Amino acid sequence: MSAPDRSRAWNQEACRRAERLARSARWRRGKEVACGDMVSLLESVLEPGDRVCLEGNNQKQADFLAASLAACSPQRVHDLHLVQSVLALPEHMELFEKGIARRLDFSFSGPQSHRLARLVQARAIEIGAIHTYLELFGRYFIDLTPQVCLIAAQAADAAGNLYLGPNTEDTPVIVEATAFKSGLVIAQVNERCDTLPRVDVPADWVDCFVVAPSPNHIEPLFTRDPAHITEIQVLMAMMALKGIYAEYGVERLNHGIGFDTAAIELLLPTYGEQLGLKGRVARHWALNPHPTLIPAIEAGFVERVHSFGSEVGMEAYVAARPDVFFTGPDGSLRSNRAFCQTAGLYACDLFIGSTLQMDLEGNSSTATLGRITGFGGAPNMGSDARGRRHASPPWLKAGRERSGSDRFIRGQKLVVQMVETWQEPHHPTFVERLDAWQLQQDMDMALPPIMIYGDDVSHVVTEEGIANLLLCRTPEERAQAIRGVAGYTPVGRARDRRLVENLRDRGIIRRPEDLGIDVRDATRDLLAARSIKDLVRASGGLYQPPKQFRNW
Amino acid sequence: MESFDLELPARAPGAAPGTAALYGVVSSGNLEVLVEAGPSPDRCRFHVETSAHGFTDVWQAVLADFAASHRVGGLSFSIHDAGATPAVVSLRLAQAVQSLEAP
Repeated sequence: MSAPDRSRAWNQEACRRAERLARSARWRRGKEVACGDMVSLLESVLEPGDRVCLEGNNQKQADFLAASLAACSPQRVHDLHLVQSVLALPEHMELFEKGIARRLDFSFSGPQSHRLARLVQARAIEIGAIHTYLELFGRYFIDLTPQVCLIAAQAADAAGNLYLGPNTEDTPVIVEATAFKSGLVIAQVNERCDTLPRVDVPADWVDCFVVAPSPNHIEPLFTRDPAHITEIQVLMAMMALKGIYAEYGVERLNHGIGFDTAAIELLLPTYGEQLGLKGRVARHWALNPHPTLIPAIEAGFVERVHSFGSEVGMEAYVAARPDVFFTGPDGSLRSNRAFCQTAGLYACDLFIGSTLQMDLEGNSSTATLGRITGFGGAPNMGSDARGRRHASPPWLKAGRERSGSDRFIRGQKLVVQMVETWQEPHHPTFVERLDAWQLQQDMDMALPPIMIYGDDVSHVVTEEGIANLLLCRTPEERAQAIRGVAGYTPVGRARDRRLVENLRDRGIIRRPEDLGIDVRDATRDLLAARSIKDLVRASGGLYQPPKQFRNW
Repeated sequence: MESFDLELPARAPGAAPGTAALYGVVSSGNLEVLVEAGPSPDRCRFHVETSAHGFTDVWQAVLADFAASHRVGGLSFSIHDAGATPAVVSLRLAQAVQSLEAP
């Protein structure tokens, strides 16, 4: 055994951090930076090749810091490695077009998916990997720790303590990884306060802050106008409630963001009440404060909601329902994407959401040609956590169904895909081969971008019925079960009618009439709210919808 | 616009409409269906005008399933479609027949 090398310095990261801070001293007074000095400050602290997390998820965006970074001189700041959840702003793409950034590890790129695909094909960007949120957060602590993070907060005090407001989102996990590995934490805030409503990030984890010229952007991504919910969606929601929620006694769950699941939320106080489900299903949620959940909360269905982020306009309503939501001593929502994703993965018994395409193995994908959209959180919500050990009645029932015997060693999460058989006239949802395979070739990816793996899917709900994939015993049965609810799509019409009738006899496929549902009862009258205005009314005027959702 | 006619054997006679009955509206993704008395009690007739091109075989499959599962003998259906999905077509037709039975 050799003696430790006494000549080696073990605090090189801390020394580099001190050098960066020293270089930035002239651009800040204490921790506060003037708006006009932010570009110079970034040029002084950043070094070529730095790993940078530019905060932005599908809701809040550190947009002023993004614009400041994009305005840096590519001679001084270049070849950065961005490690961030979402590419949403045009400035994010500009960073790569200008050479300020070169490499990217991310989760989701919804609004910039076309531009990202073009950059990849032009070889103007190196993509490390596309992650789920939890994977990327995990890698912040292993091999993708940011050297500098640029974050968004609601307010700062003179010392640099930060208040994050209801949209906490990714900030805690980003700051934790950066601040405790000798990185620099730089925040944009909407306002400076003498006293903060509460401290979400203590000042000694924060190096600089700037009061941005305008409040950071927040996208109302989770607002679904009930006026756009169709009778077919009502029908599918009735089937899901009666055939899955009631059948398995699903108390802990997560919903996707589509109109299909918004319909379920709005049917709880009406159809759910008729079925006697209050107190038996949908009590505990991992969910953003969806406006369409208001009627179910008011009706006493919903006991608890933990949220990834907030939703624009729901602030006053949430603050007035602290028994339901997680709130701070100041009364406002405390969200947290990393914890809520963990809750969705390990503490929920059901995920239900939509997709754009599904194949005969039940694999589903939202990838379409010419776009790289990434994953976000859906693969974690929509997967069976193999690390789960605690039992619950729905988890056990699903595990028993999958095993086909009473001797089984693990339960199973209910992962439900709820889709209409056609997206639009020339786009059937059910396909023999996912576009994801073509995209893999076009973009030279290691794997096709599958959102939810077929072997995690327990049920498929369409307007034609429910297919319970847990009860299928062979790949052929599984394929016929999917064909059997695929309606008049080419995949559906290629079914073996005899086999499908056999699956129906065994309860693997259930039609509305098998569930005691008359399709003609599926009308919009069943929705507890039929417009945004109805939601405002249900909230007692507390919900304040953003402008684009007000049509009165 | 594409249009076609289809005549199918019908399982059982439907409730005779006293006058023509109209159901649904022509709006995007929706359709309007007019139900009238047809010529023969053991047949039902369909006339379809649709904005979606190239779906005649899907229409025929949807209408055949509908005729096989409802009492539609002696009825004639005129459909103006604005891109309704097969699910909406089936639902509207079922609602139209129901509205005849229980006006």
